[in-house]
Amino acid sequence: MDIDKFLDEHENKDLLRFLTCGSVDDGKSTLIGRLLYDSKLIFDDQLSTLRKDSEKSGTTGVGEIDYALLLDGLKAEREQGITIDVAYRYFATPKRKFIIADTPGHEQYTRNMATGASTADLAVILIDARYGVITQTKRHAFIVSLLGIKHVIVAINKMDLNDYSEDVFNAIKADFAQFIDPLGIPDIHYIPLSALKGDNVVDKSAATDWYDGDTLLSTLENVNIAADHNYSDFRFPVQYVNRPHLNFRGFAGTIASGVIKPGDEIAALPSGKKSTVKNIVTADGNLDEAFAGQAITLELQDEIDISSGEMIVKVGNTPAVSKSFDAMLIWMSEQPLDLSRTYHIKHTAKMTKAKVDVIKYKVDVNSLRKQNTDKLELNEIGRVVVSSYNELFFDSYRENRQTGSFILIDTISNNTVAAGMINVPVAAQDVPVNSEREVLEKHINDREFNWDHGIVSAKQRATRNHHYGKTVIITGSKDSGKQQLAAKLENRLFKSNLNSYYLGIGSIRDGLDADIREGFVNRDEHLRRLGELSRIMTDAGLIFITSIDDLDDYELEHLKLLNTPNEFFVISVDSHRFDSFQPDIAIEELLDYEDALSQIVALLGAKKIIPEYCI
Amino acid sequence: MSDYKISQLKQLEAESIEIFRDAVSQFDNPVMLYSIGKDSSVLVRLAQKAFFPGKLPFKLLHINSTWKFKEMIEFRDKFCAEQGLDLTVGHNVEGKAAGVNPFDYGSRKYTDIMKTQALLQSLDEGGYDVAFGGARRDEEKSRAKERIYSFRDRNHQWDPKNQRPELWNLYNGRINPGESVRVFPISNWTELDVWQYIRLEKIPLVPLYFAKKRPVVKRDGTWIMVDDERMRLEPGETPVEKMVRFRTLGCYPLTGAIESSAATVEDIVAEMMQTRLSERSTRLIDSDGDSSMEQKKREGYF
Repeated sequence: MDIDKFLDEHENKDLLRFLTCGSVDDGKSTLIGRLLYDSKLIFDDQLSTLRKDSEKSGTTGVGEIDYALLLDGLKAEREQGITIDVAYRYFATPKRKFIIADTPGHEQYTRNMATGASTADLAVILIDARYGVITQTKRHAFIVSLLGIKHVIVAINKMDLNDYSEDVFNAIKADFAQFIDPLGIPDIHYIPLSALKGDNVVDKSAATDWYDGDTLLSTLENVNIAADHNYSDFRFPVQYVNRPHLNFRGFAGTIASGVIKPGDEIAALPSGKKSTVKNIVTADGNLDEAFAGQAITLELQDEIDISSGEMIVKVGNTPAVSKSFDAMLIWMSEQPLDLSRTYHIKHTAKMTKAKVDVIKYKVDVNSLRKQNTDKLELNEIGRVVVSSYNELFFDSYRENRQTGSFILIDTISNNTVAAGMINVPVAAQDVPVNSEREVLEKHINDREFNWDHGIVSAKQRATRNHHYGKTVIITGSKDSGKQQLAAKLENRLFKSNLNSYYLGIGSIRDGLDADIREGFVNRDEHLRRLGELSRIMTDAGLIFITSIDDLDDYELEHLKLLNTPNEFFVISVDSHRFDSFQPDIAIEELLDYEDALSQIVALLGAKKIIPEYCI
Repeated sequence: MSDYKISQLKQLEAESIEIFRDAVSQFDNPVMLYSIGKDSSVLVRLAQKAFFPGKLPFKLLHINSTWKFKEMIEFRDKFCAEQGLDLTVGHNVEGKAAGVNPFDYGSRKYTDIMKTQALLQSLDEGGYDVAFGGARRDEEKSRAKERIYSFRDRNHQWDPKNQRPELWNLYNGRINPGESVRVFPISNWTELDVWQYIRLEKIPLVPLYFAKKRPVVKRDGTWIMVDDERMRLEPGETPVEKMVRFRTLGCYPLTGAIESSAATVEDIVAEMMQTRLSERSTRLIDSDGDSSMEQKKREGYF
C-alpha cells in the first residue's frame, strides 16, 4: 500500500460527528460494534479480549461475538449491562472520519443524550422492527430536534426477526414520519437493517432487495454537512488576549460563525468600539481569510480595549445584545431548578451569573405535551426566561449553535446543571414577574388598553350581521378530518348568510408565518399569532374557524388569554390531548360530517351567537 | 460556500487550540503534564500554536519514576532547551530513597508509588488548579467516557459516576479551592491522527519510537529492553539484539517493545495498519486485572 498517499488522504478527509440513540436492547451497541468490525477498526487484541468477555458475560449465543461488550466501558455498566454515560468512538473509512457519541437509551438519561447530541452533525435513531415507534423513539427524535441536529438516519433494526418485510418497514417509516415532521428536521433517511447479521450496515443486503436506498455506512459517508455551517454572520468570541511584548496585541479565539478578512471593519461588544482587522495571525502564517471553525488570533489596526469573554463582530451584522432571553432548558441535576437561586452561566467564551425568571412550561418528552410548573427536575425540559447579570451577545440557537447555546453551573457544587438553547431576546420587564401567566396577562392588559376602537361598535356590527363574532377551534390528530370539517362549517354558515371565515394552515405558512420554520419552539410562536389573529377576526364580527393539530391544556389556555376579551368554542375530533379541559363538543370519531356540523351549529345557536332560524 | 472546508486534522487541531485557550482563561495556575512521549510532543506543539506568537503561559511537569529509558531523559532535556520550554521535574523522594522498583514491588505497587503518588505530590506542591494531559479517548475503554475537562476532588480522584455533563464547546472550569481539573486537549484524536500530525508538523520524537537493534529479553510474551544495569534478569534470560521499537514509552522494565523494522513515521503507520494491535496492549500495567486502568484513574493516575 502507498502509505504517503494513504496518509495524505486521511489527513484531508472531512469529519462527521454523529450520535446513536436507541432503547435498551434494540441493538445499538451491536450496531456500532458491527460498524467498527466491518470497517476493520477492531484490533486483534481487542477482538481476543472480546471473545473472552463474550464467553464470560455476553448475552449472545455460544461462539457468537457480543459486539456490545466492546463498547461498554465502565465496570458498573458492564455489570448492569447498560451503557450509563456518553462514550466516544472513532473510526474512519477512505471517505470520511467519524466520531460517534454513543448514548444510552435508558429512561432517566435524557441528559446524556443531550450531551452527545450537542456536538453531533447527525443522529442515528434505532428502532426495533418488532416494536416499531415506541415512546422512547419519540423522545429521542424530540431531543435530537431540540439540539438542532439537521440530519437523521432512522435505522430500523432487527429486520431479520421480521422476515425482512417491506410492509413492516413502510409501516414504521410512516408512523415515525408523522411524529417527526412537525419537528422540522430537514434531512431524514430510513434504512432497514440487521446489526447482528450485518444487513445494510456496510454491505447491501440481498434479503431486502425491495430497498433501493444506501447502506448505513454509505449514508454516513455521503451526507452533506457543508451547508450546515453558518458563514454569513461573523461572530468571534475572544478567549484570550495575547500580549507577548509591547508591539503585539492579539485577540485569540475560534470563529463561531462567519468569515473574516484583513481590512474588514469590526466592532467590539459590548463597548461598540470600531476598528479594522490588521492581521489574521496563526502559527502557520498570517491568513488572507478565515472562517467558522478556525482557531485564529486577530490583530487590529487600533488599540481598543477588548477583554476575554467579549465578542468581535462585523460592523452592520451584530447579534442580539441583551441581559434577558427566552430559551429551552434541559435540567441535568438531581437538585431541581430553583427560581430563587443564582447560577453561573457560560455562554461562548463568557462566564457570568444568571437567574431563571420564569418557567413558561415544561414539556413531557414522551408526548410533547406542555404543562405549567414551578420547577424543573432532573431530565426535564422546559421553556424559560433567563436574565443574566451582564449583557450576553447571542443569536437564536436554530441559526447559530455556537452563539445560541449556554450552560448553567451550580454556584455551590460547581456542577453543570443545565443546558440551554436560546430562542429570542425578550424585553426586560420593568417589574419582576413570577409566572408566564403574569407576563401574558400584562400583555393582554396593555394591548386592550391601547386597542384602537373605530367608530363602528361591536353591537352595531352584530345587528347588521345578524350574528356575533366568534372563534371556533377544531383540534385533533393530524389525519382526523378536522380541516375538512372546518371548511365545511365555513360553507354551511356562509350559506345561511352568516359571515364565516375558514383559515387553513396553508394560508399562513408562507405568509403570516413565513419567518418561522417548523419545529417545536416555533409552534409556540405560530399559536401566539393565531391567538392574536383570532382576537382581531372576532372583533371584525366574523365567525372565525380554524383547525390546530393536537392542542394541549397549556396551549389552549394561552389561546384563550390571547383571544380575551372574546371567547371561543373548542371542538375536538378523535382522541384529544386535554387533561382537564372539557371541549365544548367532543367528537370521538368523525364518521358523519353532517352530524358533526349540526352539533356545532346547534351549539352556536344555543349560545346565541347565531339566530335560531339558522339552525 | 463549500470552499470553506477544514480537513479533519485541522479541525482536531482547532478544537485542541480552543481547549487550551479556554482553560488558560478559566484557571489561575495551569501546568502541562509532560511524559516525553509522542502524545506529549503533539500537545506541546498544539499549545505553542494556541499561544503564538507568545510563549506557553505555563510550565511543563515531568514525573520521573526514575526508571524511564535513558533516551527519553536525553530527548526531554534537549527538546525543552531547543523549544524554550519551562520544565519542572518531580519524583517521589521517599520512594526513591526506599529503592522502590518494579521488580520487588510488582508493577501495580511500583506504579502507584513512583508514578501516581509522585504526580500527586508534585501537583500539590505546585498548587496547580488545572493540569493538561495528552490522554486520548481511543486509547482504552474506560477513557472513551472521559470528559475533556475531568474534575478531580481534593485528593485528585476521579469519580466516573459523578462526571459533569459536557455540552458543545462550553467547558465548565469552576472548582473550589484545593480541587482541580485535568484537561485533555487531544481527547478526540486517534493514534493515527497523532502520527499524521507528527508527520505533517515534523515534530521531533524520542528515537525509541523507531526500529533499531536493541538489547531485549522476552518476558510474558513481550520484549523488554535492557536499558541499564538495574534490569534484573530472570534465570535463563539472556539479552539478545533485536530490531524493535516502542509504541508507547514509560518505565523501561514495564514497556514492551515490538519487533519491527519501521524506521520512519510512514513505516510505522504502514505497520500499524497491518498488525492491528491496539496501542496499549504493549503496556503491562493495563492488564493487571479487569478494568485495571479504570481503577488507576480513580486513584488519580491519568
